[in-house]
Amino acid sequence: MNLSHPRALIAEDEPLLAADLQHALAQAWPELQILASVGDGLSAVREALALQPEVLFFDIRMPGQSGLEAAAELVDAWPDGNPFPALVFLTAYDQYAVQAFEAQAVDYLLKPLQAGRLQKTVARVQQLLAARSSAVPLPETTLAQLRSLLGAGPSPATGAAPAGGLLRFIQAGHGSRIEMVPVDEVLVFEAADKYVRVLTAAREHLIRTPLRELLAQLDTQQFWQIHRGTLVRASAIASAVRSESGKLTLQLHGRAEAFAVSRLYAAQFRAM
Amino acid sequence: MDTDTATQAAQAQRIDWIDKLRHLLQTLAFCLAIAALQYAVQPERPYEFPLVYSLAIGSLTWACIDFGRHLFPSSAATGWPAGVPGIALPACGMVLGYLGGTALADAWFGFSSWDTGGRAQLRISVVITLVAGLVGTYFFYSRGHRATLRAQMSEVRAQATETRLKLLEAQLEPHMMFNTLANLRVLIATDPPRAQAMLDHLIAYLRATLGGARSALHPLQDEFARLADYLEIMAVRMGPRLAFTLELPDALRDVPVPPLLLQPLVENAIRHGLEPQVGGGHIALRASTLPGPAGTLLRLEVADTGIGLGASPEHATDRPGSHFGLVQVRERLSTLYGEHGTLELIACGANGTSARVTFPLKFPAP
Repeated sequence: MNLSHPRALIAEDEPLLAADLQHALAQAWPELQILASVGDGLSAVREALALQPEVLFFDIRMPGQSGLEAAAELVDAWPDGNPFPALVFLTAYDQYAVQAFEAQAVDYLLKPLQAGRLQKTVARVQQLLAARSSAVPLPETTLAQLRSLLGAGPSPATGAAPAGGLLRFIQAGHGSRIEMVPVDEVLVFEAADKYVRVLTAAREHLIRTPLRELLAQLDTQQFWQIHRGTLVRASAIASAVRSESGKLTLQLHGRAEAFAVSRLYAAQFRAM
Repeated sequence: MDTDTATQAAQAQRIDWIDKLRHLLQTLAFCLAIAALQYAVQPERPYEFPLVYSLAIGSLTWACIDFGRHLFPSSAATGWPAGVPGIALPACGMVLGYLGGTALADAWFGFSSWDTGGRAQLRISVVITLVAGLVGTYFFYSRGHRATLRAQMSEVRAQATETRLKLLEAQLEPHMMFNTLANLRVLIATDPPRAQAMLDHLIAYLRATLGGARSALHPLQDEFARLADYLEIMAVRMGPRLAFTLELPDALRDVPVPPLLLQPLVENAIRHGLEPQVGGGHIALRASTLPGPAGTLLRLEVADTGIGLGASPEHATDRPGSHFGLVQVRERLSTLYGEHGTLELIACGANGTSARVTFPLKFPAP
């Protein structure tokens, strides 16, 4: 990594705003090299992995997937040994995100951009890049922040108890038949394309309710999120195994297959 | 409608004890006044007689009527049982109150009013019960009626305010406003004529949104012009990701339509159709006529080539206000055109959605 000439990737779907950020950065941080500017959350991940920049500017609301989702995907896909880029989010108005950002582990910029504010962000990112040695893994503060941002989402129901109470049964459709599956029997919820797979010890069901919606109606003490698309019953976890490449997988009582744990959620599986 | 009456009935069943206590005290005061009046007319009888009879008959009559009315569903308009029960209730209450109250008071004094000696007094107390009962019933009825009306009025007012607020929130959504301003800020430096054009569109959009003349009709060409303002703003923001066409036949330019009726449909097409789609897409606004059973119908269509209905369930449930727009359009159509105004959402092929509004065509009076 060349610290004197860091490189950045911009992901912003509104072309004028992307050009403006590029222009403003050229003035505020002339040494920063903008490698590419992309307009959606999928290209953002692809380009970041291909180009390995030191700084990322991600808009939160983007087509394909949001900047937050793109960041979470990057956390998992980022090669070991390389320091994770400094993340700066852009948003016009995301009340909840802005609240969560107050902790300042990663930075954010509000649109319309203000020159003074951008200068502060640049200084902060420069400080971060200078302070970190090449061997530093992803700081837990960054992970925690990203987790809370992803959990918060754009809905105002953050942290509050679910309005409709906890879910007790999953109504799973099998052709013209609806099966009532008690939530107490469910071991795993796993997002798969447009469906969510509901796994019990013996069976598998497919439902259409999105994982995020389910998450709001489940007891988070009972079901732990281990990946963007996976919730597992905490009491069914038998063991967590770290492979040689550093990937963490879970083995559950009652299921033969292993479940991958995202780096974002790996902290809960440290030995006591 | 059915659920409305059901909740009202349920509310009527729930007894407000503070309110009942207030009624009882008012009844007792009324009885004391009657007893005092009787004593003034017949000072030769001890005050105890009119007092006990009046209190016993009065409070029993009140109890029968005031608690009895919870057995019947009350009418939404008056808060009093509707139809026959509304009349039979005070009548029965008075008879029961009179008989029961007389028996109670008789027991208190240890004699029977039905004996020959008390007959004359009996006639007087029947008249008093009747008059006092009617006056009392009318008093409570009109008070209840007034309270019901007041509650209804404040509820209607609260609902109207809430709808208006939600509408403004949807149209002046902070995300849209700040992003638009961010784009404007860039254009001011780089392309002042385009910045001016965009600002003009924003001004026209805000004037239409905040103007609030939502009751009067305006010509279809004005409706299309307002939607074009919004689309022009979005086209600057989204760049090549948004293309749009307006197809308005000359013959339909002056047809009167409700202002900003299509606005929520265009917003939905962008927000739920094109915005989540990486490549963006195209929006077509079309106006056409078609024959209907009761005269010519006007059809207005907002067709997009976005991700389509149900392609992304997460996006549909993500945003609390997403269904509000459709509900709002349906409500306005039904208020203005009853069952002749319809809104359909049609999936177009693999992706894309078409929202079609249809209502009777009325040419402006010459």
